[in-house]
Amino acid sequence: MARIDLVDLAQSYSGNDADPESFALKPISMTWRQGGAYALLGPSGCGKTTLLNLISGIVTPTRGQILFDGKDITPLSTQKRNIAQVFQFPVIYDTMTVGENLAFPLKNRGVPKAQIDARVAEISELLDLTPYLGRKATRLTPDAKQKISLGRGLVRSDVAAVLFDEPLTVIDPALKWELRSKLKALHRALDLTMIYVTHDQTEALTFADTVVVMHDGRVVQSGTPQELFDKPAHTFVGYFIGSPGMNIVPAEVSGREARIGGHVIALQRSYDKLPAGATIEIGIRPEFVHVATPAPGLLLAQVERVDDLGRISFARVRIGGVKFAARVPQGFSVAGSDVGLVFDPGRVHVYADSRLVEGVA
Amino acid sequence: MMDKTVNQKAWFLVLPVFLIVAFSAVLPLMTVVNYSVQDTFGNNQFFWNGVGWFKELLDPSSDLGGRFYASLLRNLAFSAIILAIEVPLGILVALSMPRDGWRVAACLVILALPLLIPWNVVGTIWQIFGRPDIGLLGYTLNHMGIDYNYVSNEFDAWATVIVMDVWHWTSLVALLCYAGLKSIPDAYYQAAQIDGASRWAVFRAIQLPKLNRVLLIGVLLRFMDSFMIYTEPFVVTGGGPGNSTTFVSIELVKIALGQFDLGKAAALSLVYNIIVLIVCWIFYTVMTNAGVDHTKREGAV
Repeated sequence: MARIDLVDLAQSYSGNDADPESFALKPISMTWRQGGAYALLGPSGCGKTTLLNLISGIVTPTRGQILFDGKDITPLSTQKRNIAQVFQFPVIYDTMTVGENLAFPLKNRGVPKAQIDARVAEISELLDLTPYLGRKATRLTPDAKQKISLGRGLVRSDVAAVLFDEPLTVIDPALKWELRSKLKALHRALDLTMIYVTHDQTEALTFADTVVVMHDGRVVQSGTPQELFDKPAHTFVGYFIGSPGMNIVPAEVSGREARIGGHVIALQRSYDKLPAGATIEIGIRPEFVHVATPAPGLLLAQVERVDDLGRISFARVRIGGVKFAARVPQGFSVAGSDVGLVFDPGRVHVYADSRLVEGVA
Repeated sequence: MMDKTVNQKAWFLVLPVFLIVAFSAVLPLMTVVNYSVQDTFGNNQFFWNGVGWFKELLDPSSDLGGRFYASLLRNLAFSAIILAIEVPLGILVALSMPRDGWRVAACLVILALPLLIPWNVVGTIWQIFGRPDIGLLGYTLNHMGIDYNYVSNEFDAWATVIVMDVWHWTSLVALLCYAGLKSIPDAYYQAAQIDGASRWAVFRAIQLPKLNRVLLIGVLLRFMDSFMIYTEPFVVTGGGPGNSTTFVSIELVKIALGQFDLGKAAALSLVYNIIVLIVCWIFYTVMTNAGVDHTKREGAV
């Protein structure tokens, strides 16, 4: 149990002298608080597994430091780091029984037998593995195997953190829900810091209280699911989170106005000091812009199709060459190919070179 | 249900195989069976002897039986000793091999070298290497004060034959194990690191279980090879001193080609063959059952 600090941590698989832009993990500094449930979210190849392996010690960082409770543990080996990790593909020691599998991490650390038995009993109870403790760990279903892997990750009570590297990839969708809520419950029951790597936003948003979004080796935003939804700090967060993702449209912004091809959209805040030469875009989530009958004063768009998602429908439209999605209000039927767009001014964000610009009230 | 189409043409596809197997295996084996139930005084005259040769062969008090059991025991002892050395040594070599880079290629080439040398050449190499007068090994040992002479001393003869076999064949076990180790995913080692496993625990919990199958094949190959070993000990010791390194195959050749006792030799080679078949069957059974859990699967956990 510990707070984990990353200080200017960076990793390059081709050495320290490589081009900084080619680093698998660009220098980051951040803090993981004790007892938090974190999700590391990002597309494949964004560096999230690298970050996880750096924390667990499987990979030694090219630069920077990792602190557990303020103590530098960067040079320590995985065995000495007091960390647990569950991998994408379940690892089972198949010459042992299920119980021996769960006891293995404790046995290796010389924990007294009585203590091992008590802890194995507790964890197997939480994971519904108790009836199978005496069974050989062979010929198990993938979800049973992954449960045992999870159990080995959770069995040590003194770990600084438990790291999960996309642990539900091999699990059937129906069981995914069950195991994920189980993990959530375990987090509450065991008071462990958990870091969960995934590329699935549903998994991240349901599991974590803090979601860390990574993109191209960088952490682009970390915050609660609500923050990520309401105020994406980076256009990437905008369209990676949410379904459909945020609309990003090039625009000219000055003061309290944004201009898209001559049409003016009102903004709630004032943006006077935008960096010169930067690419300026505005972003708005499809939930906060709706289509209406074309009328003067509304931005005109051409409808391509309407996606009915059940409770809500989104119109896929085009503004000039830019694709855009907008909510179709209930009872409104799209007639003809042109619609007008109605923006919620409080929900329009301004981005300069993909980064959020805070306006002045 | 649909009936299968009757097509007798398929026989033409099977026929060549039947012919080849008959010509190369069944007919020669039948001549051996034929010899084993007859006696001959030369001049191509044969007399019916029934199971006489087999009775004599399996009776330890007869001359033939005595020689058979003695050579069989020697042979089993030899196989047991070389397996006990080559299997652990092969695993050890495989474990200490580099994991990547040019060193892997270098190691593989060096390991493959003894396997590429013809058996009689291996025998000749060691025959000369061990000679006290001109052989480097024999000369060195004797000058270190160790009285080493594989021609006159039984222990030295055995030691030479065993070391020679270890030198020749450990590579095979090592290469098999190396292939087995390579197939273990990295995740297993990473998980073991996380679980705080010691080097020994990693070996016991991950590497050895995953090597199970290749080791079984390795043991089978090495047992068969050592059980039919002929050339190398024949070249080095000629089965001596006395009969101390006369293995079954050497005994067989002595009887068949030395004494020209075709009946006895045929009986011996048939029994030899049956032993090999039984051992193969045992290995086959063990191998197909390995990894099969006999407890019934109790559904999803």
